[in-house]
Amino acid sequence: MRDILKIGDKEFSNRLLCGTGKFRDKNDIKKMLAQSGSQIITIALRRVNLDNPQDNILNYIPKNITLLPNTSGARNAEEAVRIANIAREFGCGNFVKIEIIHESKYLMPDNEETIKATKILAKDGFVVLPYINPDLVTCKKLEDAGASTVMPLGAPIGSNRGLETQSLIELIIENSNLPVIVDAGIGMPSHAAHAMEMGADGVLVNTAIATAEDPMMAGHAFSLAVQAGRMAHLAKLAKKSKYAQASSPLTGFLHQERQS
Amino acid sequence: MSFLAQLKAYEEFDFKDYFDHVTDTMIFESIEKKTLDWYDFLNLLSPRAKQHLEALARRAHEVTVQHFGYTISLYLPIYVSNYCSSHCLYCGFSKQNRIKRNKLSLEEVEIEAQEIAKTGIKHILFLTGESKKITPLSYLIDVAKILRRHFAQVAIEVAPMDEKEYHQLFEAGVDALTVYQEVYDKTIYQQVHISGEKTNYQYRLDAPERGAKAGFRNINIGPLFGLGEILPEAFFGGLHAKYLSDKYLECEVGLSLPRINEAEGGFQPLSLLDDTTFVQIMCAYRLFLPRADINISTRETAEFRDNLLKICATKFSAGSKTEVGGYTKAKTEPQFEISDARDTTHVIERIQSMGYEPVYKNWEGI
Repeated sequence: MRDILKIGDKEFSNRLLCGTGKFRDKNDIKKMLAQSGSQIITIALRRVNLDNPQDNILNYIPKNITLLPNTSGARNAEEAVRIANIAREFGCGNFVKIEIIHESKYLMPDNEETIKATKILAKDGFVVLPYINPDLVTCKKLEDAGASTVMPLGAPIGSNRGLETQSLIELIIENSNLPVIVDAGIGMPSHAAHAMEMGADGVLVNTAIATAEDPMMAGHAFSLAVQAGRMAHLAKLAKKSKYAQASSPLTGFLHQERQS
Repeated sequence: MSFLAQLKAYEEFDFKDYFDHVTDTMIFESIEKKTLDWYDFLNLLSPRAKQHLEALARRAHEVTVQHFGYTISLYLPIYVSNYCSSHCLYCGFSKQNRIKRNKLSLEEVEIEAQEIAKTGIKHILFLTGESKKITPLSYLIDVAKILRRHFAQVAIEVAPMDEKEYHQLFEAGVDALTVYQEVYDKTIYQQVHISGEKTNYQYRLDAPERGAKAGFRNINIGPLFGLGEILPEAFFGGLHAKYLSDKYLECEVGLSLPRINEAEGGFQPLSLLDDTTFVQIMCAYRLFLPRADINISTRETAEFRDNLLKICATKFSAGSKTEVGGYTKAKTEPQFEISDARDTTHVIERIQSMGYEPVYKNWEGI
């Protein structure tokens, strides 16, 4: 079965999105991508150093990988729009992850400013992937604003705490017309699998992979978890039940009698 | 309400009595907590916590990796003037000291900037002695504009200013502010600051807050260890950082732990911060303020800095020169003696060999 994630005009067969931050060695990024098969990688434009080839992150990302520059560091819509435009001028393509944060304690995204930036950038031809606090109303507004996905957080960035916002993400998955990519907080492959089982269209994982002792193996593990979760979702596994559901019911004979 | 009000609340606080009642259980609970209050912070700073330094360091390392990964941000300082109008007992730049004074012309700033830019490091901190007459705001603005052309982030460490003046520097391209209180103990502050503008305790204390209001993205603070009593000074430094980060959510607040080094004037430290307590304070800062940058300058030795990186340092200067014009043609004596004299390349190679990623650029002013 062909199971493709479509974002903008691009199609992806792998639903694990990765990040470039926090690695011990930039050379590990390429190896991790090879191990995980991830096809999209987010980069903080503020870290892109074109003047210094030694430090230019773009040199470490294979050409077949879709770049997802993010607007990390932007504190409002205006700054995010400027960063997105700089990224496009640098040749990073037209995908952009809107990340607008103006509090540095918990790094919570500002949904209101994100909607504003999405409107402007989508109109300007960007494929916009907004990172948000999981709020259904915001997701609907982002649809209207021209977003290409929504990216609700599972838990605060870098916290590895998993799907603390599960019930809110479930509402979004149930009602969104856009692909839902769970971003931030995913710390273990089981969290990623869980998000995919719930029906998420993808997950973005950075800290848990980059800070693992073996980032390459971690990338592979997350990729397998995403695949397993996706397959479980597509297989439409039987739902949980409060009561026992025996495979050979004790009262089955009653139905047999009626049939005969 | 300024931080001064919080400080006043601790005027009668008996640190010794509190520390005497800290138990091992309290220390372990504080190490394990997700969010620490100021009692936890004190528990970690207590002399008893030194017995559990390894556990504290391990936890500090975990928290650092979680928030910063295996990275270390790099920056370089550029000294543009060493004129000073204050007399401070501990400072090599004190106006009383008969040292060679100089101030870089804008052309010289340009040349220094070009030289520093060759290192590839994109963050710069420019410093002056504290003389508003010799290095007025207009000069600082001109310097900022030159540096901004060569660097992605420009920080300042200059005499404290009014919010409006800070805002003008922000508009000129300055993103970050470093201002050390030097000593939080008001009595000692008055004893070591003899004359000049620096004698104004509260004006200095409120400077980081004025910087946050003016729009700077990063504020770096810290006590200068060697003046006040070590543990209370460490506590007030952490409390000050917490006050700022709670009140100015948009601002990233970082901490430094400068120790007095040998400087012109022959000042003998009033208190000594030993290496073990240094590590303890650094780890306590990390757990109290998990996202704060912890900046270790070349005042510390190469070996010590390398070890601190493995625990929880997140920011290094690398290949620093503390003379005016130090990167091209030194025009003065250094502000203080550097203990880590490795050049930038060697520091970077060492960072990489330890399994860390040196970050040349972490922000682009827009």
